[in-house]
Amino acid sequence: MIHRLEVTIRAGQPDPAGQAVLERVRRFTRLPVEGVRTCAVYAFDEAALPEGALAVVGAGRSPGYVGTKEALRALATDLFTDPIVNACALDGESLARGDFDWYVEVGFRPGVTDNVGRTAGESLGYRLGAPLREGHQVHAATGYFLRGRLTREQVEGLAREWLANELIQQVLVLAPGEVAASRLAGTSGLFRLPRVELTAPVRVERIPLPAEPVALAALSQARLLALTAEELATIRAHFARPEVIAARATTGLGPEPTDVELEVLAQTWSEHCKHKIFNAEIAYTDEAGRREVVRSLFKTYIQGATARVRAALGADDWCLSVFTDNAGVVRFDGRWGFVFKVETHNSPSALDPYGGALTGIVGVNRDPFGTGRGAELLFNTDVFCFAPPFYEGPLPAGLLHPRRIYEGVRLGVEHGGNKSGVPTVNGSVTFDESYLGKPLVFCGTGGLLPLDLGGQPGWRKWVQPGDAIVMVGGRIGKDGIHGATFSSIELNEAAPVGAVQIGDPIVQKKMFDFLLVARDRGLYNAITDNGAGGLSSSVGEMAELCGGPGSAGGAVLRLDCAPLKYPGLLPWEIFVSESQERMTLAVPPAQVEALLALSRAMDVEASVLGAFNASGVLEARYGGEVVARLEMEFLHHGLPPMKLDARWSPPPRDAEARPPEPADLGAVLLRLLGRLDICSKESIVRRYDHEVQGASVVKPLVGAANDGPSDAAVLRPLLGSTRGIAIAHGLCPRYSAIDTYAMAANALDEAVRNAIAVGADPARIAGLDNFCWCDPLPSAGIPDSNPDAAHKLAQLVRAARAVHDVAIAYGVPLISGKDSMKNDYVSGGRRLSILPTLLCSVVGIVPDVRRALTMDAKAPGDLVYLVGETREELGASQYYRELGCPGGALPQVFPERARRWYAALGRCTAEGLLSAAHDCSDGGLAVALAEMAFAGGFGMELDLGPLAAREQLAPAALLFSESASRLVVTVRPEHAAAFERELAGLPCHRLGTVAAHDRLAIRSGATVWLDLPLARLKEAWQAPLREL
Amino acid sequence: MAEDAATPMTTSTLILSGFGTNCEKETAYACRRAGRVATGGEVSVDIRHINALYNEGVALEDYGLLILIGGFLDGDDLGSGKACANRFRHRRLPSGGTFLDALERFIGAGRLVLGICNGFQVMVKLGLLPGLEGSSDHPPRVTLTTNANGRFEDRWVSLKADPASPCVFTRGIGRIELPVRHGEGRLLAGEAALVGGLLERHLAPLAYSLPEGGPTEAYPHNPNGSPRGIAALCNPAGTVLGMMPHPEAFNYYTNHPQWSRRPPPADAEAEDGEGLRLFRNAYAYLHGPCG
Repeated sequence: MIHRLEVTIRAGQPDPAGQAVLERVRRFTRLPVEGVRTCAVYAFDEAALPEGALAVVGAGRSPGYVGTKEALRALATDLFTDPIVNACALDGESLARGDFDWYVEVGFRPGVTDNVGRTAGESLGYRLGAPLREGHQVHAATGYFLRGRLTREQVEGLAREWLANELIQQVLVLAPGEVAASRLAGTSGLFRLPRVELTAPVRVERIPLPAEPVALAALSQARLLALTAEELATIRAHFARPEVIAARATTGLGPEPTDVELEVLAQTWSEHCKHKIFNAEIAYTDEAGRREVVRSLFKTYIQGATARVRAALGADDWCLSVFTDNAGVVRFDGRWGFVFKVETHNSPSALDPYGGALTGIVGVNRDPFGTGRGAELLFNTDVFCFAPPFYEGPLPAGLLHPRRIYEGVRLGVEHGGNKSGVPTVNGSVTFDESYLGKPLVFCGTGGLLPLDLGGQPGWRKWVQPGDAIVMVGGRIGKDGIHGATFSSIELNEAAPVGAVQIGDPIVQKKMFDFLLVARDRGLYNAITDNGAGGLSSSVGEMAELCGGPGSAGGAVLRLDCAPLKYPGLLPWEIFVSESQERMTLAVPPAQVEALLALSRAMDVEASVLGAFNASGVLEARYGGEVVARLEMEFLHHGLPPMKLDARWSPPPRDAEARPPEPADLGAVLLRLLGRLDICSKESIVRRYDHEVQGASVVKPLVGAANDGPSDAAVLRPLLGSTRGIAIAHGLCPRYSAIDTYAMAANALDEAVRNAIAVGADPARIAGLDNFCWCDPLPSAGIPDSNPDAAHKLAQLVRAARAVHDVAIAYGVPLISGKDSMKNDYVSGGRRLSILPTLLCSVVGIVPDVRRALTMDAKAPGDLVYLVGETREELGASQYYRELGCPGGALPQVFPERARRWYAALGRCTAEGLLSAAHDCSDGGLAVALAEMAFAGGFGMELDLGPLAAREQLAPAALLFSESASRLVVTVRPEHAAAFERELAGLPCHRLGTVAAHDRLAIRSGATVWLDLPLARLKEAWQAPLREL
Repeated sequence: MAEDAATPMTTSTLILSGFGTNCEKETAYACRRAGRVATGGEVSVDIRHINALYNEGVALEDYGLLILIGGFLDGDDLGSGKACANRFRHRRLPSGGTFLDALERFIGAGRLVLGICNGFQVMVKLGLLPGLEGSSDHPPRVTLTTNANGRFEDRWVSLKADPASPCVFTRGIGRIELPVRHGEGRLLAGEAALVGGLLERHLAPLAYSLPEGGPTEAYPHNPNGSPRGIAALCNPAGTVLGMMPHPEAFNYYTNHPQWSRRPPPADAEAEDGEGLRLFRNAYAYLHGPCG
C-alpha cells in the first residue's frame, strides 16, 4: 500500500513558488495559465514503517484511535506541516476536491538523489521510535495545481519545458476527477514509487580488444570509454605481453581485460583526469610559417612559470605545495597555509543546470578538503558564462533555454554554497551566444590548513603499506557513472542519464564535521576526494603515493565491501561511480577502530575497502575473485603523450573601419552600463550568502547604498587577527575572437589589478588558471566536423604562453588550475563551439584589513586619478560590440611596465593614501568613473582634455578603450602630494574631483563630453537583470 | 536548578552544531570576545554536535547560555528548522526524555537562550517563542515563513530596538545594523490579533526600520515583509530571544558594509563590531546578580 502525504498551502496564504512559476510561464509562453499553487508530496510504502509503528502514533489518544488514516494524518500534521501556513491531505484527497484544471506532479526518476525524501524519512523514524525498514525510503515530489483552459498536450509541454527536467525527473499529469482518490493510493494506481530495481546478474565481463582501429573506436563509443583507437591499441599491446599474461594467470585472470580494468583505464586516462591535450607534444606553426615544438603546455608554460617565479623569490618563496595535490597551497601566515582550487562543471550544468551547478560547488569544496590532510573551508567563488537569458533565436535540439540555465545554475550554487556554510564572496557572469551549446560554470573554494598538524605540516599527506583504504560519506549508486569520460567528449543529443549527480551539501557538511575531528586526532595519514572517476581515481592516486617516492605503490581493493544505495551494481560501476559526498582515507591499522567508532558517533558512514601496499599493482576483488589487476606503472604512465598540430592564422584585420565619433557620448555610456556583461548582478549576489563565517571585509556590493560593484573580496579569515586575503578574478573571452594571447594576458592582468584595487600586496599574489576550450582535436567523424581544430589548438598554445609571460613578469606563482577541452555541442552535424575562455583567479595577501579599499567615491573634494596608459584599443571592446563593429586593436598588456605602478599603488595602500580604487576594464574609463560615482553617491567634475591631448585620443577612444593595467583611484587632498610622489615618473593623470552634487560631468576644457545625473546612470546599470 | 537571585549564574555557553549549522566559528568568537569585555575573564564556550546530545548526553544544567545558531539544519528540506524541530521534539535522549523537555526545564530555570536565524526558526517551530503559555506553546502560535519576495537574501538592515522590552540581550540598544541572510523570515501569526498583542507586551525587541526612522513593512528595509517590521521575538521573561539578523556576523568593525566610508575607530575596543553588544548583555546578565 503506497501512501501519499500532501502538504498544501492554505487558501489565502501566498505561494511564492507557485507565483514564480506563473510569472515565468506568462513571460515565456502564450499559454493561458491563470493560477499555480504548489504542494509538497511525501510518498512511501506502508511496508516501510517499522512494525507496529502506527499504533505508536495512536497511543495516548482516545481509545480505538489506531486507524491507519488517522494515524497518517497525525504524522503528516506533526512532522511535515507548519499548521499556520499548511494544510495536509492524504492519498489524493486534495486531487479529489477538484478546484483546479490540471495537476502536475514532478518526482525523481529511480536512483536520483532525493534529499528531501531522506530528511522526511529521518523525521518519520524519530517520531515512530525506529528507522524506516532497510531498503525503503520516503520519496518527495512537488505538485502543481494549475488553473486555466489548457489541453493535456499543453500541460505536458509546459511541465517538460518549465517544471521538470526529464533527465532526472518524471512527470505525472492529471485532470480533476480523472481518477478516484482511492485508486491514487493503490500500488496498481497511477503513482509508483521510483524505486531502483536492478535485475541484471552481477558479473564481470571479459572484453576482447579487436585488432582493427575502426572496431576499437566502435568499442570505445559503445561503452562510452572516450578512448581513442590508438589508446585502446596501447592497452591491447600491454595485455598481450607474455609477462603480463603470466602474472594475470596467477590470479585467475585471462589474457583479455575485464570490464573493470577497461573502465578504470578509461577513467584514469580520460581527458578530464589526465589532461592529455595539456600534456601533448604540440607542433605549433605561427602565421609566418615558423614551427616550434612545445612538449606539454602544462609543464612548459604553467609549471614552468611557477618554477621561474619561485626561483626569483628565493628565500621569500611562499608556495608550499603546488601541482601535486587536489589544490595548491601557499603560506598565509606563520601558522596557516592557504589552499585554493577552481573547477568547472560545464557538461552536467548543461543537462541539469540546478544539479550540475550544485554538484559543482559541493564538489570543489572537496578539493581543499582533500588537500594535505584536509583544509577548513573559507569561501566559494563562482563565475558563469551563459548565452543571454533573453535569447530569442532558434534552440538546437536537446538544449535548454539559456534562461533556464541561468536560473537553474544560480539556484544550484545558491543551495550548494549557502547550505554548506561557505560564503560566496566573488564571481561574475559573462554573456555570449557561443555559450548556448555549453554554459561554463566555474566554482572555486579556498581554505586554511594548519602548518603544524600533529608535528607534520598539514599540507603533507602520506600513505604507508598496510594503511587501510577507508571510504567515508555517502553510498554508491548509479549516479554519476561515466562523468569523467562523459565530460571528455562533446555533448550531443544522446547524453547518458547517469552522467548527472545531485550533491547534498548537508550530507557533505556532516562528513566534513566528522573528518575535521578525525584529522585533528591524527586518525588518518592521507585524504582525497571521490570526484571524477570515483574510487578508481581516489584509490589509484593514493596507491601511487604508497611507500613514498621510489616505491612502486599499489593497493588491494574489495569492491564488494563498498556500501551501495541499492543492490545490483556491477563491480565496474562501483569502481567508477561518481556518487557524491565521499572521501577516501589512508588509515593506519592501529587507528581503524578509533576512526570507525568516531564515524558511528557522528552519524557518518565509513567502510574499510582494503589496504594499500607496495606491490606495484592495483588489484580489485569482488566476492573473493580478482576482477582487476593493473600495474601501477602502466595505469599512471602507460599512456604515450599525444602528438598534435597547431596552426595559428590570425583573423584577417579589417581595413581600419573606425566608427564615426558618436554625437552623444552620454547615450553611449548609458547603453554600455546596461550591457549584460557590465550591468549589476545584484539579483544574483544577494541570493548568495557572502558573509557567513563572519570574516567579510570587502563585500561583493559596496558603497553608500551597498549596491556598487566591488572589484574583489577581502576576508579576515582568522577572527581576532587583522591579516586578510583578497580574492579576485579576470575573464575576457570576447578578445578570443581576435587573439587568445591578448585575451589571456588581459585575463591575468585584470585578476591581478582587481586584487590590488582592494588592497592586496602586489608582491603576494598567487594565481590559478582554468582553461575552457572548444575541442582542439580533429573529430573522428567523416567528414571531420571540427575542421579548424589545429587553429583552436594554436589559440590554446598562445593563451598558455601569455599566462606564462604575464605570471613571470608580475611574480605571480600559478598554484593550481584545471582545463576543460570539450566545450562543444554537436547536433545534426553542426558544431556549436564556445569562445576560447580562460578564467584567471588570484588570491592576494592583505597585510592589514584596516587598509583594504573599496571602489566607491568617498567624499566631495577627493581627487580623481587615472593610473596607467590609455591607447586606442577598442577591438572586441564592449563599445565596439554595442555598435556591432568588427576589427580594431586588442588591449596589449605590458607587464614589465605595469608592475611598476602596481607596486607604487601597493605602497600607497600600505600608507593609507588612497580613499578608493577601481579597476578599468569592460566599457573602459567612462564605465569605471560612473560606477565609482553612483556607488559613492557623489558626482564628479572631470576634465579629460589634457589627457586626451597627451595620449592623442578622440573622446570615444579615451572614454571606452579597454587598455589594460589601468585603475582609477581617489585621494584625499591632504594626501595628494605624497601620492604624486609615489607615482612620480609613472603614468598617473589627475582627472578632476569628486563633487558635492549628483552628476557625472566630463568635459574637455569648455566642451562638455557628457553630463548625466547619477540616478540615470545607476538605473541604466541596475535595470537589465533586476527581476531575474 | 533553583537560582539564588544574588549569585551569578554560570557564563558557560553551549553552541549546538551539526546537521547543517554553519555559524559556530564566528558565534564562538563573538561569545569569547564579548565575554571577556563583559566579565573581565574568559568565558567557557563549548561547541557540541547535536549527535552528542543523543549519543553521549550533554548536561544542559552546566550552562548559562544556549545558542541555536544559524545555518541550514537538515537542508531546510521540510521547511526551515522543521526537521530539527521534529528531532528535538521526538528523538529520545539517553536519559529518556526529549531535548525539548530539557530545553523547557532550562528556560524555566531562567537560563538564557539565543536563537539566530535558523536557530530562531527551530525555536518557533518548537513553540518556544513567544512562549506565552510557559516555556513553550502547543501548538506553535507563530511561524517564520517564506519572504514576501520569495527570495533568499543577504543584506544589511537597520533595526530599532524596543526600549520597553524585557529582553535581556537588547538592553541599552537603541538602533543596531546587522546582516540578514535568509529566505524564510516573515513572521506569521496563527491569529491576526496576536501581532498587536506581542508588540503591546514588548515581546518584539527588534524591528526592521527605515535607516533614520521607525519600523517598516516596505522592502528592502524590511527584507521579508514581516508585519510591523518584527525581526525578533522574546519570551515574557526576556531570557529567550530569537532573531533573524546575525549579530555574530558583526564581530569587527570591518564587517559593516560602510566601514570604509567612516572614520577609523579610536581604539582597539572600538574596533569591536556592534553585534557583540547582544552577547555582552547576555554575559553581563549572567555574571551580575540576576533579576
